[in-house]
Parts: sequence; C-alpha cells; structure tokens
Amino acid sequence: MRNYLPPEYIVHIDQDRCRRCGECVRTCAFGTLRFEHGAWRQAMSVFQHGRDDLERVFDRIRDNVPDRVAADNKKCVQCHYCVAHCPEGAISIQPNPLAYRGNHHWEPHHLKNIWLQAETGGMVLTGSGNDKAYFSYFDHMVLDACQVTNPSIDPLREPMELRTYLGSLPDALEFESGPEGPVLKTRLAPSVRLDTPLVFPAMSYGAISLNAQKALAKAAVSCGILMNTGEGGMHEDLYPYAHRMVVQVASGRFGVNPGYLRRGAVVEIKIGQGAKPGIGGHLPGEKVDEGVSQTRMIPVGSDALSPAPHHDIYSIEDLSQLIFALKEATEYTKPVSVKIAAVHNVAAIASGIARAGADIITIDGFRGGTGATPLAIRDHVGIPIEMALAAVDDRLRREGIRNRVSLVASGGIRHSGDVAKAIALGADAVAIGTAALIAMGCRLCQKCYTGNCNWGIATQKPELTARLDPDRAAENLANLIRGWSLELKEILGALGLNSVESLRGSRLRLRGVGLSDADLQVLGIRNAGVGA
Amino acid sequence: MLRIDAAGVHYRHLNEQIRETVRAGETVLVLDNVNGQRYIGTGLESDQVRITIHGVPGNDLAAFMSGPAITVWGNAQDGVSNTMNSGTVVVHGGAGDVLGYGMRGGKLFIRGDVGYRVGIHMKEYKDLVPVLMVGGRAGAFFGEYMAGGRLILLGLDRPAGSPLTGDYLGTGMHGGVIYLRGRPEEHTLGREVKMFDLDEVDWAFLNPLLDEFCRYYDRDPGRLRAAEFRKLVPVSHRPYGLLYTP
Repeated sequence: MRNYLPPEYIVHIDQDRCRRCGECVRTCAFGTLRFEHGAWRQAMSVFQHGRDDLERVFDRIRDNVPDRVAADNKKCVQCHYCVAHCPEGAISIQPNPLAYRGNHHWEPHHLKNIWLQAETGGMVLTGSGNDKAYFSYFDHMVLDACQVTNPSIDPLREPMELRTYLGSLPDALEFESGPEGPVLKTRLAPSVRLDTPLVFPAMSYGAISLNAQKALAKAAVSCGILMNTGEGGMHEDLYPYAHRMVVQVASGRFGVNPGYLRRGAVVEIKIGQGAKPGIGGHLPGEKVDEGVSQTRMIPVGSDALSPAPHHDIYSIEDLSQLIFALKEATEYTKPVSVKIAAVHNVAAIASGIARAGADIITIDGFRGGTGATPLAIRDHVGIPIEMALAAVDDRLRREGIRNRVSLVASGGIRHSGDVAKAIALGADAVAIGTAALIAMGCRLCQKCYTGNCNWGIATQKPELTARLDPDRAAENLANLIRGWSLELKEILGALGLNSVESLRGSRLRLRGVGLSDADLQVLGIRNAGVGA
Repeated sequence: MLRIDAAGVHYRHLNEQIRETVRAGETVLVLDNVNGQRYIGTGLESDQVRITIHGVPGNDLAAFMSGPAITVWGNAQDGVSNTMNSGTVVVHGGAGDVLGYGMRGGKLFIRGDVGYRVGIHMKEYKDLVPVLMVGGRAGAFFGEYMAGGRLILLGLDRPAGSPLTGDYLGTGMHGGVIYLRGRPEEHTLGREVKMFDLDEVDWAFLNPLLDEFCRYYDRDPGRLRAAEFRKLVPVSHRPYGLLYTP
C-alpha cells in the first residue's frame, strides 16, 4: 500500500534558477533531492536489453550531460531546510493538491494512516504536539487594560517586576524580636529565582541534540531562567550551566546518580507529559550513540525504555516517598518538582502532589510536544492546559494549599499573550518547549522520531547536529525570551500592574469571547462585556 | 566508631546526624534500635563508610547511594538500593517490594525472601554492573524491564512445592542476566526471556558471588552449587522495536 501513497508535498525546482551547486542534494537527511542525469536515464529506458554494455557508453554520455536536481516528492516532509538554504531561491514546496479526494469526514491523514497500518500492522508514530483543530481557549480569552479611571503604567519609564520565585511558601511567617528589630523565625523552603516567568521544559539529550541542549542551557543562564535535562542525564559539557538546570528523574532513571541530583537547581520527578499522558518512552537504539550512552549510562545501541509508570510509585504515598528520597539525597537544599500531564482528574491529582511534599507542580497540556509518541495518544488523550490550570489553581486555593506549590504551565504556549493569560489563570511560570525549538530553527515537520532532523535539533547524527551552532541558537533563544519579557511588561503596564505577581491568578482581568457557560465556569472567568 | 541510638528519632534527624558524622570524617557507624526510619544511607557518597543497622530500616534504604557498605541485622522494607550507584548492602533477613529499582551499580544481598517488583529496570554501563542476590524466593515481576546487571535468585529454604518466583518473571527484559537456582515454572516466564544452561563465563562470574553470599550468611558453598542453575536472558535487546509503523 505504501507504494500507492501519494506524496504529501510537491517539491518544485526552478531549473532556470538552479545552478546545480548540490547544496540541497548533499544536505537533505530524508534523501528527497538527488542529481539526475536526464539524457542517461532516458536512453537507458529505451534499451531494456544489453544494459551492461550500454552502461559504459552512457557513462560517457553522462559525463558530458549537465546534471539536474530532481526530487522524490514522497520523501519530502516539508521541513524547509533546502528552501531556506538554496542560494538561488530555486526550491519551492507545496501541498500536493491532488493527493486525496476531498471528504470532510475522511480526511487525507486518516486515509494515509490506514494505508500505512494496513501494510505494517504497527502504531503510527509522530513527534511534536497535537496539531488537530481542537478549540483553543487561549484564543477565546482576552485581557483587560486600563482606561481613564485607572491609570496604566509605562514600562519604559517605570519599574516593572517580572522576577518570579519557584518553590514552596510557608502557611504563615513567624518573627521573633532581635536586637535590631524582628528576625524571621520561620524556616523557608528552598526556592529558585527566575528573572522572567519563563522556563524551558524537559527535552532530553537523545530526543534533542547536545548542541540544542547547550543552546538552551546557555540561554537559561544568560536570561536567568531554567532549562531542564529531561530524562536523559546531564552531559558533562553542560555542567557549567547546571545551576540553571532542572534535573529530571523519570521512570527509566537514566543518568541519575547523587552527583546529578546535587548538580541541578531543581529536581523534577516526571510522571507524565502532555503529548503522551500515561505512556512511557522508547528512545530507539539507533539514537543511543557514544555521547547519549555516556550520559544515560547505558550501552551504545541499546533501546532506552522508560516504562509508563514509575514501578515504585503506585500512589500519592509512594510519590511522597520518592519526593522525600530526593530531598534527603539533596539535603533539603533544592525544590522538588513533579511534572504531570493535564488529564481529567488533574485538580485532585495536583492536590495530592502538593500534599505529598512537592514544591513545584508542572502541568503539561495536550498541545505539549514530544520527540516521539503514538499519534493516537498525542491527538486524543489529555485536556487543554487552560482548563487544567484553572481547575488546579482553583482546587488548591479552595483547599488553602496554593502557597505550598508553584505552578508551571506548559503545552502549546505560542506567544507572550498566551503567557499572560496562563499567569492570569494561575500559573507562576510558563514553560515553552515548542516555541524554543522554533526559535532554534524547527519548522514543525513533526518527524522528530525519525532522527533525521535537518535543522540539527531532534537528531544525533553528527553531520546533522553540526548544523546547529549552540552559540547562535542560544542568542536566538535569549532574544525570544527578551522579546516576550518586553511584551509581558507592556501587557502588565496596560493592566495597570507593576509586577507579574499581581497578575498571578487574577482571573478578573480575563474575559471570555464565544465560550459556553460551562467553559466560563471551569475557567473561572466572566464573559466579555460583563464589568467588574 | 560512632553508635547512634535511633529509638524514637525521626528519619530526618537520624539521617542528618549520619551525614554530619560522615562529613566530620567518621567512617564506621552503628545504628541501634532502628525501627522503620526511611532513607538511611540515601544519597550518601563515600567508599569508606560502613554502617551497621540493628533493627528494621524503613523504605528507600541506600537509595541513590554511592559507595558505602551497609549491613542490616534484621529485615529490610521496600525500595532498598533504589537507583543505587555503587556500594554494598547486606540484609540478614527478608526484604519487601521494589528492591534495586533502576540500580546501576554495587551489590545488594538479601538472605531470605523478597516481595514484588524486585530488580525492575536494573541497568549496566561499562564496569558498572549491579548485582542483586536473593537467598529465598521472589514475588511477581522479578527483573521486569531489566536492562542490565545480574539478578541472582537462590530459592533456599523454601517449603516443598512453593514456586521460586511469582508471575511475569523477566517481562520486558532487554539486557542483563537472571540466574536462578532451580527451575522456574514455565508459565511464570515473561515473553521476552529465554532459559539456558550456564556456561563457563557464567560460572566464572557467579562463583565468587556465591562464595561472598555464603560468607555473609554462613552457608556451605558446595551444597549451594550442588543444585541445578539456569539463566534467563532476553530474546532481544530491542523487544519493542517492531511496534511502530516506520
């Protein structure tokens, strides 16, 4: 059936512009583009017999006939690496208009996957985040602004505080009197300072390249935010940035040893991920090269299987045991985070996690990305981050334990507007994974699981990873963080606020447009047009 | 040597005291009246430290531990040697569930029986090869998802007719070796493992460990070896390679 699959994209080479430099032929990791020797091929097809003899003749012809670049359209994933790098601008790629017969119920991707599965009997894999047309709550919420009766603030002239601390806050502060005034008596839990309420979420060395991780780490340090190792251990090249890194402990426990735990700024227990709630991960043996092997501490070429659950965590009590094992191992000097996917019962689960002793809860919505997941899971499991965040914040407030944890929201955050809305819904900080990858060059072709990433991000092939310059990518990331932070300040100023803290959970500053009553109720916001 | 009376001491204070003592240069610690305190030796890094525990230590004994040697004169609970890096733990008794989870180095010896989910996701890397040796029987999911290291189950002193392990023995195993003294029941085997006889390489590895076991627990190595040994190895290092449409 695979042979009958129409190409999804048509690659057009403008032969007049193309000067056969071979850049695209050399660089496409999917093998889409090649040099073709037109005359030679044509001649060969005429002579079906005596090919061997003729081959020598045509070799000579080939040497004298100019090459042309041809494309095997079926291999194109529309990652635009060739388009972006063709010095003549001679390549264009379009969706194949005639690929599938139009049908509003049976869409092209349904047909394609059925044919693929009819041939292989396997699960369809994909990368990146849920791309289906689910309703976006972010796009149906709007922020408030000051007009006339309350003044807005100009962030260009007035101080605007984006600094955020992640960690547990005490229920109350106790003071005792000292010779120079009151002294704080309450022992504060460890926390981590962010210069702006953004972090890079868990993306492991294995899922992404070391150069991509280096870029994230450098940017995290220069922006005063955090990056996250993901479940792949920490490569020693990243040690200088470890004070700005979250070290993850997941079900496979790859690369976890006392040094790893101590090196990081935060320890994170990964329970779930928005792109694949409830399932584990398989890093295929092909991606486990020398570097990944060293960092994960497993043999080269062996599959790295992360089981779906931690087999020592079957309850909130078990989770609590691991949280405190990590606190013991780090001598109570670092906040412990628990990352979960946004699922139906997320509020009750988050409440349990807060009570289990976590300092930070990271909630990943169903738009969250991944290096590899079954398509059926990515597109159909989990709930939107907007709903999950509102439900969790609400539940923790009602139970009087919201102060015990910081909430980090992630899963499809596209711009500073989404960030501000997430904070107004209750997030302390927002994690941006897909946006960070895009800043490094990702075109969202969703082929991360193939290991052929032309942009050098989601691959371990040395010729591909060399394409990503960590310094330049770090600069791009830092620029993105700066840009969004400036926008956040503008948004805060417009709201008449001078600190991001004042926006946190301030749902009065959000209004719904085109949402149902049930939606408004879960989000805890009012409809547009309803005043304060 | 420092003796600590752990009676009625909360684990947090006990472990703080252990860490401070070790930091001050003490290498030999004896803990008396231990009664369920968790996380003893957790995250401790030192090749010199020797800890002797009298009583029953709580969950996550020696979790993330790197280097120390711990002897338990009593039973142990769940999660012993969780993600342990190196060092030795010797338990003169039985132990609970999830022992050696994600263990990547060092040795864990248990004299008696162990519970469920023991040796899950043990892994090895170069000269870091964890060994988990159990004198008695094991519950279900022994060696599940095992990715490396050696699990040794001796099945000693078990009542006639009682099975060596529970079900799902070696399910999802994709690395390492499970050595069994005695024959497991066929239906308990996971689909991802195959059973073989031991060869010389196996015995060369196993013999010193059997001697070590006998030293700790005062057993006769000759009688131990007299029984039939079998080994389980994974059918494939990539048991789940064919699940996906390329």
